[in-house]
Amino acid sequence: MTSAPPDHPGDRTPASTTPPGQPSTSLRGTGRLGDVLFRLASSGSGVLLLVIMAAIAGFLLYRSGMALSQDKTNFLTTFEWDPDNIVKPSFGIAVLAFGTIVSAAIAMAIAVPIAIGIALFISHYAPRRIAQPFAYLVDLLAAVPSIVYGLWGALYLVPHMAGLNDWLDHYLGWTYVFKVSQHGAPARNLFTVGILLAIMVLPIITAVSREVFRQVPRMHEEAALALGATRWEMVRTAVLPFGRPGIISASMLGLGRALGETIAVATVLSANSKLSLHLLDAGGGTFAQNIALKFGEAGKPGMNALMASGLVLFVITLLVNGGARLIIARRKEYSGANA
Amino acid sequence: MKLQRNGRTKALAIGAVALVSSLSLAACGSDNNNSTGTAAASGGASSAAAIACASKQANLLAAGSTAQANAIDVWKNAYGTACSGTTLNYNGVGSGAGVAQFNQGKVAFAGTDFALKSTDIDASKQVCQNGGQAIDLPMVAGLVSIVYNVDGVSHLTLDGPTTAKIFNSEITKWNDPAIAALNPGVTLPATDITTFHRSDDSGTTFNLTSYFAKASNGAWTAPASKTWAGKGGQSAAGSAGVSSQVKATKGSIGYVELSYAQTNSLTSASINTGASKPVDPTAANAAITLGNSTVVGTGNDLALQLDYGTKAENAYPIVLVTYEVACDKGNKADTLDSLKSFLTYAASDAGQQAISSKGYVPMPAAVGAKVKAAITNLS
Repeated sequence: MTSAPPDHPGDRTPASTTPPGQPSTSLRGTGRLGDVLFRLASSGSGVLLLVIMAAIAGFLLYRSGMALSQDKTNFLTTFEWDPDNIVKPSFGIAVLAFGTIVSAAIAMAIAVPIAIGIALFISHYAPRRIAQPFAYLVDLLAAVPSIVYGLWGALYLVPHMAGLNDWLDHYLGWTYVFKVSQHGAPARNLFTVGILLAIMVLPIITAVSREVFRQVPRMHEEAALALGATRWEMVRTAVLPFGRPGIISASMLGLGRALGETIAVATVLSANSKLSLHLLDAGGGTFAQNIALKFGEAGKPGMNALMASGLVLFVITLLVNGGARLIIARRKEYSGANA
Repeated sequence: MKLQRNGRTKALAIGAVALVSSLSLAACGSDNNNSTGTAAASGGASSAAAIACASKQANLLAAGSTAQANAIDVWKNAYGTACSGTTLNYNGVGSGAGVAQFNQGKVAFAGTDFALKSTDIDASKQVCQNGGQAIDLPMVAGLVSIVYNVDGVSHLTLDGPTTAKIFNSEITKWNDPAIAALNPGVTLPATDITTFHRSDDSGTTFNLTSYFAKASNGAWTAPASKTWAGKGGQSAAGSAGVSSQVKATKGSIGYVELSYAQTNSLTSASINTGASKPVDPTAANAAITLGNSTVVGTGNDLALQLDYGTKAENAYPIVLVTYEVACDKGNKADTLDSLKSFLTYAASDAGQQAISSKGYVPMPAAVGAKVKAAITNLS
């Protein structure tokens, strides 16, 4: 953690965290106006980020506290969302947490392997002439607004999922998870949402992984090849281990989008307050989708309740990111820069 | 490294091209809007005499129900053409949020699909000066149409109990005896019914379930609510979501405002209310129900009791009303003139006629007269 090893010439990864010791003291030492301004600006940005995070957390905590004191049921285990009910305000996050995590998990299960494949293709397999335009093409996917994904999902993807759903039901229906109870009903379920989210996070994961794979020290690759490795063996022994922290970082970025995606999910999913492991049956809900749909008609208790659900999403995202940081930290021998 | 940098500029260029083209597309879009806007305005301009501009013009901010957003657009265009000094900004944030903004003093009036609750009225006393309070002015009326998509069935009749059971997943096949009994001579398929309801809270759901509560002979047990409380079926976001799903799904049924049924060319069911013949969902038939409704608000508050259980001839039972909310006394001095002038035009016969082309129902004369009187008394 002291500084980038000097005997590591291939390590060109841009340092995401500048080692706080040596370089910054030398910066301070110069005392030139430009240096001082830059140091103030950059540390100011860092502090600002922390302040914003603290403000969001504080705001959510305050409003959630007000909501939870009104809730007449268990906030963690209740399925219904009816905070504005005067007689008995009841709302809980069970369905929302389940839907959010399951749809994001499906998205990651589909998107990560494909994204790694695309990134490897661009960085190590495709001829440069194809690789560049191909990379732009993938990046363009990230520029499509999510409402467009939502409309595409609702009007095109959902009707075309019928065949796949029947197939899954026929061959994998015994797993319970892929059982379809109402044939012919539109597939506006968590599985379809997962697929849509996978497409949406694909460009993010691909772009970051691609850059990481490009940073693999040339000498590692050449050493692998010199030892008689095939191209695939070289990728497996040199590129993937080096890129693993990067892939994890990329996946976390993608996961963040999948967890927080709002309008595309709201357009595609047939939301209800049922928690079901039948992923192919319409229903379920996610935090962001619920907030988007309930916000307009929410009264004061309803608004506080939505804030409380937002806080839970905030906490889940923090936990997931923290977990990912831990994994990366354990693997820092491959790349000091990503630790 | 250099190559990469080149790549980045190229990517930027592509992005810029995409951005520019989408901007120009957006520009096309707004052009179109403008042309329809002027068309609507010129439609209203024939009766521009109805618009009396405020002596003291100001910017009006308003927020609330999305159900009346199209009506407000029509009025805004006509009114803006006649009185260029007054501009109206209506933010379709939903009824609840609109009333909340009104009670925070942020907007001159709010639009809501439900009459004000007593807690809302109490809260409004903080905003309305001179001891005033918020009142409901019913100004935009509409109807909820039961839309369906069944091959080979071009005309369908339903009644309260049957519709309630369909939406509660108690009737699950199109050839159910209960539906067949209402439709002699119609060949109904043996397919499953897929119901669509709103996933967001809405006045449309509130009015449909109010109808169920009144006219389903106990088949609908949940109370009337803007949150969907039925069992089973699928949900979709907004009337636009419901109409596109009904259009795309064979064997489906849903409920939307008349304008969505018209613009998406969906088939609507007639309702057997107990009158001598089934009632079609038309503006004229809804106006009969509205005309028979009674005012339950006190003073200048004109909250209506809609007769969802009506059995009158040709009275379509599932109607909805959007109220404008303003202070009876103590509106903000700088916007009062503009507010009265705008609402006077909106409540006028010309204003009500102008929105009928958008699928709204002109307010019947009896109710309209009371609204006009209440607007004159605003201070």
